[in-house]
Amino acid sequence: MKAYKNKILVQNLITYGLVIICYIVIQALMAGGHINSLLKGILVPLCIYVILAVSLNLTVGILGELSLGHAGFMCVGAFSGAFFNHAMSETIASDQLRFVIALFIGAAVAALFGILIGIPVLRLKGDYLAIVTLAFGEIIKNVINVLYVGIDGNGFHISVKDVASLGLEADGEVIIKGAQGITGTPKTATFTIGIILVLITLFIVLNMINSRTGRAIMAIRDNRIAAESVGINITKYKLMAFSVSAALAGVAGVLYAHNLATLAATPKNFGYNMSITILVFVVLGGIGNIRGSIIAAVVLTLLPEMLRGLNDYRMLIYAIVLIVMMLMTSSPKAIEYRERILASFRKKETKREA
Amino acid sequence: MKKRLLSLGLAAVMAMSMTACGSSGSTSDSAEETGAASQGEESADGATFKIGGIGPVTGANAAYGQAVANGMELAIKEINEAGGVNGYQIEYNFQDDESDPEKAVNAYNTLKDWGMQLLLGTVTSKPCIAVGAESEVDNLFQLTPSGSAVACIAGSNAFRVCFSDPDQGRASAQYIGEHKLATKIGIIYDSSSEYSDGIRESFAAEAGNQGLEVVASEAFTADTNTDFSVQLDKCKEAGAELVFLPIYYQEASVILKQASDKDFKPLFFGCDGMDGILSVENFDTSLAEGLMLLTPFSVDEEGSQDFVAAYEAAYGVEPLQFAAGAYDGIYAMKAALEKAEATPDMSVSDLCDAMKVAMTEITIDGLTGEGMTWNEAGEPNKEPKAVKIVDGAYVMQ
Repeated sequence: MKAYKNKILVQNLITYGLVIICYIVIQALMAGGHINSLLKGILVPLCIYVILAVSLNLTVGILGELSLGHAGFMCVGAFSGAFFNHAMSETIASDQLRFVIALFIGAAVAALFGILIGIPVLRLKGDYLAIVTLAFGEIIKNVINVLYVGIDGNGFHISVKDVASLGLEADGEVIIKGAQGITGTPKTATFTIGIILVLITLFIVLNMINSRTGRAIMAIRDNRIAAESVGINITKYKLMAFSVSAALAGVAGVLYAHNLATLAATPKNFGYNMSITILVFVVLGGIGNIRGSIIAAVVLTLLPEMLRGLNDYRMLIYAIVLIVMMLMTSSPKAIEYRERILASFRKKETKREA
Repeated sequence: MKKRLLSLGLAAVMAMSMTACGSSGSTSDSAEETGAASQGEESADGATFKIGGIGPVTGANAAYGQAVANGMELAIKEINEAGGVNGYQIEYNFQDDESDPEKAVNAYNTLKDWGMQLLLGTVTSKPCIAVGAESEVDNLFQLTPSGSAVACIAGSNAFRVCFSDPDQGRASAQYIGEHKLATKIGIIYDSSSEYSDGIRESFAAEAGNQGLEVVASEAFTADTNTDFSVQLDKCKEAGAELVFLPIYYQEASVILKQASDKDFKPLFFGCDGMDGILSVENFDTSLAEGLMLLTPFSVDEEGSQDFVAAYEAAYGVEPLQFAAGAYDGIYAMKAALEKAEATPDMSVSDLCDAMKVAMTEITIDGLTGEGMTWNEAGEPNKEPKAVKIVDGAYVMQ
């Protein structure tokens, strides 16, 4: 048991270390001026995708339920965070402080939605759960697209028609403007904050997995009936995993909202395409493998940008890389081949030792 | 053991990709340095103005980005052949943004690494707002050919060639009111598009002043843009005499087809996004008969014949108004550069300050308007042109 615990500790430390080393290397390179603007600009999105991939892995890998609504939670977090930032812009002067509070608010609202969605949805299994979460993501996106929210001396005004029907006073300000979303959020997200959030995410997820809660969740994944028979509260643990996963996605959303000057719910950034992209990170990184999710998210986000020099071919290459990675990690033949190569290595090693 | 090897391998791959990024960064840095050095030595003949472009050339809006890239290329080639600007040649680089704000910022950073001094872009509104926030910090001159949302040119460094959305909506309502085309108006718009929603909003606001009554205002979204029977039925029931379509031509072609199937024949009125409807594949152009649109550019007007011919010769398709906007944008940049007597060895920020002043002083006779001028806020001042489709061709009104 002690050896097992030690092994987990080492594995977790490797994961944290990987992130910290990357951060130090990047900071050193940045100080030396060796990093181009493209990479500098993509650092925060990298953190966002890593958080998303790790948090989805909690649902898909640990809880074992296929969720296609992760972008929906991100969307909820992004809009609530940015909304708070605008609504409080006069009350709280410091951009940083507003951003930090917005992170908590985004996480709380996303978690709330996670619980609300989770209660009915987690009664379903497999494909049905995937379909309902997919629908949730799309509904959130479309609701936000027709939502108009303004603020004036009398408080908040909400409408689903247009700006005119808000009936704002002259000094009123429209915050969410339907399909045009929220514009002009201050750019407070930095790489350092991003990395800190990644580490917090890892801390939460890894600790959860290796705790009593995590073992209960995995027991539900592996055999629901057996888990129930030993007295595990299925609903409680399922909801817990689902809402923690949603809250972390909300944090990523707030980070996203504070990294770009414009925030709108388009099919591109909060639609099912995004949910699938995150799922691709998780699947290619290895379902249930947190470190793999991080690496897959980083590699697959960097790849299209690094290939910009190839113009139109880059999308083609991206697709090929996806297929190759899929074959390498999942195809039985490829796994067999990989094992054989590894085995031959091992044989050589043992020979040398002998 | 196996896992450790695997993770080691992956870590190595990642480390390599990181160093690859680092080294690519340093090579581009050193390239820039040598470039700057050579500029210092031979600024008279070796230096060039570097203009970057950003727009979607893949994805759903690829047609617009491609048109801008083509229009930009055409104008720059012409200018370079004619001796360049102030005696300097122009270099250009066009980057894809997939019409996504996040990708647009990446594209912008890529162009910065390339050494961009002036930016023509971005093509679509939301990316334009995101990039505008970045370029304002860098004080890099930005001219968008088609970013029509109000917030696109929020920074003092940003200008645009096209009309803003509220201007288009207002101008459309005024045109309909002044020419007494109809009094009962139905609107079908895309509520998920900033462009469409922005025009509708100002149109609805101005309609009251013009004595127009909006009897139906029906929305669709990017996910439901294939069937418009519900929206058309509602307009028909409400007795709309004119249906205002502040949308792009692909969707409009479907609406026209379905309206004719329903035997619903009001007057249809569109904005600049409608330009191009006659070149939609498999579209019966007789359905567009009588369609009116307010557009800054039309392929059939006299002034644009040279451009259309050159464009068709180079790319084999008819230019969209996006291409014309980009073409005008490059010539506006040229005029402003000449006015400011700018040279490529100026720093990006100095160049931007000079351009900001020069842009408000120039007058351009372009494809998208005669005697175009710009105010300090970056808005163009030009007359919209109304075009009617008669016998399958655009006719100026």
